[in-house]
Amino acid sequence: MATVTLRGLRKSYGPVEAIKGIDLDVADREFVVFVGPSGCGKSTLLRMIAGLEQITSGDLLIEGARVNDVGPADRGLAMVFQSYALYPHMTVRQNMGFALRLARVPKAERDRKVEAAAAVLQLQPYLERTPKELSGGQRQRVAIGRAIVRQPKVFLFDEPLSNLDAALRGQMRIELARLHEELQATMIYVTHDQVEAMTMADKIVVLQAGRVEQVGSPLELYHSPANLFVAGFIGSPRMNMLQSEVAGADATGVAIDVGPGARIVVPVQQGQVRQGDRVTLGIRPESLAAYDEGQLAGTVRLVERLGGMTLLHVGTEADLPLIVQTDGADVTSAHAPIRLAVDAAACHVFSADGLALPHLATHRLVARPEA
Amino acid sequence: MAVLLLWMIVPLVMTVWFSFQRYNLLDPSADAFAGIDNYVFLVTDPDFWVSLTNTLILLASVLAITVGLGTLLAVLFDQDFPGRGIARVLAISPFFVMPTVAALIWKNLMMHPIYGVFGAIARAFGLEPVDWFAEYPMASVIAIVSWEWLPFALLILLTAVQSLDHEQREAARMDGAGVFAQFFFITLPHLSRAISVVIMIETIFLLTVFAEIFVTTSGGPGNATTNLAFLIYARALLQFDVGGASAGGVVAILLANIVAFFLVRSIARRLEV
Repeated sequence: MATVTLRGLRKSYGPVEAIKGIDLDVADREFVVFVGPSGCGKSTLLRMIAGLEQITSGDLLIEGARVNDVGPADRGLAMVFQSYALYPHMTVRQNMGFALRLARVPKAERDRKVEAAAAVLQLQPYLERTPKELSGGQRQRVAIGRAIVRQPKVFLFDEPLSNLDAALRGQMRIELARLHEELQATMIYVTHDQVEAMTMADKIVVLQAGRVEQVGSPLELYHSPANLFVAGFIGSPRMNMLQSEVAGADATGVAIDVGPGARIVVPVQQGQVRQGDRVTLGIRPESLAAYDEGQLAGTVRLVERLGGMTLLHVGTEADLPLIVQTDGADVTSAHAPIRLAVDAAACHVFSADGLALPHLATHRLVARPEA
Repeated sequence: MAVLLLWMIVPLVMTVWFSFQRYNLLDPSADAFAGIDNYVFLVTDPDFWVSLTNTLILLASVLAITVGLGTLLAVLFDQDFPGRGIARVLAISPFFVMPTVAALIWKNLMMHPIYGVFGAIARAFGLEPVDWFAEYPMASVIAIVSWEWLPFALLILLTAVQSLDHEQREAARMDGAGVFAQFFFITLPHLSRAISVVIMIETIFLLTVFAEIFVTTSGGPGNATTNLAFLIYARALLQFDVGGASAGGVVAILLANIVAFFLVRSIARRLEV
């Protein structure tokens, strides 16, 4: 049972507070991803868990025991670094066995463990090579192998795939997911790449400026973002954000005028929102579709054809930019007039303070843990 | 190419030529072809073997001191502490003092039994001041030359330490390496290339140490601090035996080449890594 618990964790550098009080529970065998823009503190938080950064205040518990003052080597963690941090003068075998050698594990046992880890990662042919004789993907695997050999309670990954090219990154993503299943280990993974976060995580933690914005499963974040930041950060292309005014609110939802005579009713709890309040309407690009009787009128400004799908950049009559995701076979050309239909049930409404109004119905793919 | 070749070849050929001549400045008319007499005289001269040994002792000791202390200081100066910038400048500044001046300072201000700082310290503790150049001549010369070359070693090694990827050290910490394990398994291997460079460059200069010996001990007492460079100087310009000095010079060239051969080979292997 390798659980990690963060209670009011804070980190200050002099007067600057980098981590502003974080509470989080990582369950046993969970794959948790910290995601956020550059400088949001996600790496710092990981390094605090690793023991490489001092914790200013708050408690860090691993398996229920407070480890704030335990050294990095004794916390039972293993970390994979962004630069891999392989020891250049050692062979792959020595790199992977270094921790065991320092722990004075006999050579025979060391070799057995290194070879077992190498087998998992298909590294056996490279054991006697030095890191510089390996490709980027192989080095990445050695760095992971070095972590596996130690049989840690928790694996920590600090943006491990950011130095790989796109194709290799996709491959390593699958490999990491397979490893997670095979090793049945708790993993904490830091990335700024939302594709990595969405595809691998059991639980995503969205961080911004040292605070947790939202914690939830990937689809929970996608379908019920808690606030404007999460809504804008998760999802590519970005969610369209329209500044608008509430035309009416009742138990069936919040009515918003998206254009002259075009009113949509978004099925969200009305909460404190009243008629006339300023709100932000969030529409995912795939919730918009070209439709002759659509509520929104506008002009196509740019067409991006990605093959499997096409992105239409549309300017509405009110001159608001919208991105529409359509089929790859879409024939719409640039500068053509277009009418768009809005899937009101999939829209999001954010009140003036940036918080989302909860949907009346949860998405069928989102299992609410508390419900 | 031709100019470069002449530039190199003429002095070399002349040295070799003189080494086979009987050529004494006190009696220039007595010059004649001497065959290998100069060499025979040289290798049968006990002074020569002493000077050869002294040269190697000086070289090995200074290398050991500068590389050893330099590595420790480089790791130390890489740590963050108040006044680090000033400390670095101070540690590196001896390199800017010219050898003659450095030797004079050490001889008269530091090691002199009456006026020197060490003598004053000894007296402060009620001890007999040590006459360094009389009692420990070789150790004194080694101390001066090490003092001059330590900053060089420190400078090169410090830049090397700073280029060490900090994630490597952190990875080692996660792997359970303490301060000493980090030093021996991570820092030292990382420095091996820089250490080779320091050894190579220092060797070239340490084989020819002259000013420090000339200023302080003049090769003495007796021949205790006479190295090959000083021996050649003494032969040519104190005994005016150009032929014998040239023979010593040729031996010095051979010695430098032998050392350089082994060094370059071992370093070339290291630089490949």
